[in-house]
Amino acid sequence: MEADAAQNPNPSPVPPPISAYYQTRAEHHAVVSSDWLAHAAAAAAFPGADAAAADAAAPPPSPGVGGVIEEFNFWRRKPEAAEAVAAIMALAAVIRSSRATTMMELEIELKKASDKLKSWDATSISLSAACDLFMRFVTRTSHLEHEKFDAAKSRLIERGEKFGEISLKARKTIAMLSQDFIYDGCTVLVHGYSRVVLEVLKLAASNRKIFRVLCTEGRPDRTGLRMSNELAALSIPVKVLIDSAVAYSMDEVDMVFVGADGVVESGGIINMMGTYQIALVAHSMNKPVYVAAESYKFARLYPLDQKDMTPAHRPIDFGVPVPTGVEVETSARDYTPPQYLTLLLTDLGVLTPSVVSDELIQLYL
Amino acid sequence: MDLRRPPRSSSGGVEPKIRQVGFFTPTPDASAPSEPLPPAAAAPAPSAQQGPAAASPPASDDLSPGRRSPVMIPPPRHADHLAPGPASPVAVLATSAPVRPSPRLDAASEIGDDESWSRAPSAVELEENKRGLVEIRKDGAPAPIPQKQKTSKAERRAIQEAQRAAKAAAKEADRSGKSSGAASGAGPAMSKQVKPAKTAQKKDMPQAASTVASEKKATERLPERERKLDAPHPRMQFDDVHKVEKAKKRAVVNQSEARNRVELFRHLPQYVHGTQLPDLESKFFQLEPMHPSVYKVGLQYLSGEVSGGNGRCIAMLLAFREAIKDYTTPPNKTLSRDLTAKISSYVSFLIECRPLSISMGNAIRFLKNRIAKLSHTLSESEAKASLQSDIDRFINEKIVLADKAIVSHAITKVRDNDVLLTCGSSSVVEMILDYAHELGRKFRVIVVDSRPKLEGQGLLRRLVAKGINCTYTHINAISYIMHEVTRVFLGASSILSNGTVYSRVGTASVAMVAHAFGVPVLVCCEAYKFHERVQLDSICANELGDPDVILKVPGNAEGHLKNWADNANLQLLNLTYDATPPDYVSMIITDYGMLPATSVPVIVREYRKEQLWI
Repeated sequence: MEADAAQNPNPSPVPPPISAYYQTRAEHHAVVSSDWLAHAAAAAAFPGADAAAADAAAPPPSPGVGGVIEEFNFWRRKPEAAEAVAAIMALAAVIRSSRATTMMELEIELKKASDKLKSWDATSISLSAACDLFMRFVTRTSHLEHEKFDAAKSRLIERGEKFGEISLKARKTIAMLSQDFIYDGCTVLVHGYSRVVLEVLKLAASNRKIFRVLCTEGRPDRTGLRMSNELAALSIPVKVLIDSAVAYSMDEVDMVFVGADGVVESGGIINMMGTYQIALVAHSMNKPVYVAAESYKFARLYPLDQKDMTPAHRPIDFGVPVPTGVEVETSARDYTPPQYLTLLLTDLGVLTPSVVSDELIQLYL
Repeated sequence: MDLRRPPRSSSGGVEPKIRQVGFFTPTPDASAPSEPLPPAAAAPAPSAQQGPAAASPPASDDLSPGRRSPVMIPPPRHADHLAPGPASPVAVLATSAPVRPSPRLDAASEIGDDESWSRAPSAVELEENKRGLVEIRKDGAPAPIPQKQKTSKAERRAIQEAQRAAKAAAKEADRSGKSSGAASGAGPAMSKQVKPAKTAQKKDMPQAASTVASEKKATERLPERERKLDAPHPRMQFDDVHKVEKAKKRAVVNQSEARNRVELFRHLPQYVHGTQLPDLESKFFQLEPMHPSVYKVGLQYLSGEVSGGNGRCIAMLLAFREAIKDYTTPPNKTLSRDLTAKISSYVSFLIECRPLSISMGNAIRFLKNRIAKLSHTLSESEAKASLQSDIDRFINEKIVLADKAIVSHAITKVRDNDVLLTCGSSSVVEMILDYAHELGRKFRVIVVDSRPKLEGQGLLRRLVAKGINCTYTHINAISYIMHEVTRVFLGASSILSNGTVYSRVGTASVAMVAHAFGVPVLVCCEAYKFHERVQLDSICANELGDPDVILKVPGNAEGHLKNWADNANLQLLNLTYDATPPDYVSMIITDYGMLPATSVPVIVREYRKEQLWI
């Protein structure tokens, strides 16, 4: 049972290391420190610089099962590629370069590669979900038994690439779908830095919609500041507020847009710390909460409460030294139950939270 | 942490803002074509051709589509052939609109004119129209319902003929009415004159109607039959005296009904306890058709020796398996038909012993389906062997393995230092607790029990024997004990497609208290117990237990209520099940995984087929 590993209810008493998922994100988005603004200004001046550098530095994809991590890293370093998409691409490369001669062998090889990827970062929900979904999507076809191995393999490659393509396009699809929800004169509250939400707002701005964005600061890594920077570059009116000012400014907000680290079976989401309280405040003030999430983030998890998740930790910089003997809550994410979400905007369409489970059942069973 | 869906009342609070894009209905004062009332929209066409009308003299321009008032909707009892509007056959044909509305439109226009205040009709006109209306009302009583769309050419012709006859008759009647002069006295005379015409009409109308009907039947028969198969069987309502009489005649077990039944639950069967068993025992040698193993299971149900959803279902299936093993097809009969009838008779016997649970109903459906799907080429022994293996597979896959899958899912939700609460005695919850204990998890169990069955004591005994730390309490203390609980695990007799959990009485209160305390409620239930029915309360379908047992309190003198049945003002209610609304359920654990209560229909839809047609 894959769920067993992912949801081990009795974590070891030793505090787990910093979540690799958040390390990746920090690399991508540059951890925001006090001298962040200088970096941001530099990055804004040369927008494509990072990507170009990554492309140049990356070695050509190396084949073989052992190379799955390298392949994954190659994709992962691209700032636009989500970790999950990188995993999908890496797995597709595994099929392509496989020297297996039977379907069974190939499947086992693929399974090994996907397990390796998953164990690379057990805290990333989208990574493991994407690996599982890829395995499902690729290997679950009825034709495979009746075909010659080569034909079957090429079919697998085809399906793998198709899946990768869908995943790459997901963000654009979501942005298109969500245009109906952003209307002229509205105020949108966003939390943290989500590439999907950014894409949504970008497209809305390019459609000449007139709207305002409130960005939370997004402690501890201040991803909200980065988000506001990107939005300001698009000349969208932005206001930054500290995380604790959400309730204060909620009555001028028309809708809340958040991304998600993972969408779970109940229809709730697991996302950056603070999402739950924003959703609670929005719900109590009758503001809609929209979640933009790609379908590869749908995971077969079902947390019952906040503690019922694989913990992911993140260092917190308080600026001043923490007094001795004081414990620090370092959890990086929280779980928002479905009743506080209005709609999920996914590449499968605009879904109510209860449909997520239906989709998952159909994907996995 | 409450994880349940938003309560129905508050879910409307946050509404997504959706712009109206593309086609949507315009405002009501738009032009006529978008008018939802077909008679009014189509009115101008026939009225224009009504020029020579004798009985209805309205100026056609009065019927402009702008002048719409609710009175223009024709009353439905106007029969096609009785409409007095004398539109000529040509007119009917010329309005290529469907035949059906046109005559009704005539009537409609007439009424519209009649009661419109925009135009002041002359006294004579009014009088005439009124008479016409009276006539319609008198004759229209047995009017057939207007034909539904899709009639063949011949039928249309028949209808037209009938209409023509009707109109001619009406015209004649009207004329004679006029000639008789006295407007007030004309009523009765006229109706007499109309009668012959009407009977004539009636003669050819049924013909037309019958052809229409037969054709309709032919087209609708199949889907209707399918629908009947699909629709849940109507349950026997025990407050229906005739049906109860009938059922009594058929019954094998002689049961005397309990007196002083609670008004709200009259539709459920309730018998005086202890009257069935001796009766059945005495009949043992007379009951020839009953297979002994089925008989045994029936007695076990009756005495309460076998209880619990899975236990009863397995016992029943094993009994049927035995019965199939010993079955031989009688001469001149086919196995699939005769065996189905046999099984049905066994089932009705079992129902008499104790009402079926929903899970048993599903299992029976499965078995009957397997019998019906048997290939005709199979020999009798092969067929029997295949059915027996099907039953074994059902027990194995849907019950035994399903329980294992549920345990493996549920175990991920048991952490160290948890306090788990369970209500009554559920076999699958017991398996989960055992397995968690085997894995060495450190947890405590609170067993909540309730009178009169006190099933929790059995569970408690077994858990304590295994060395699990337990607390035992009655349901009265639920709100006291709940604050220390971290998870509530419940079993279920059935889960209905709206997410309602149908389970042992008391479950709903436990779930509600847990919800109020923010404790997650996990319901464990095998997928074969899911049912597509929807139930909103625990009154419509339930099972009544023996009312006497709730009187018997150990250590208490029974004096107070000894002869309660003689007191007409006293009724005792011993319900067996209750319905927990989905709002109070955080998670449902089935063999297919962990789901929210809103996903039950998915399981019912996706896996019911597979289960039936393995």
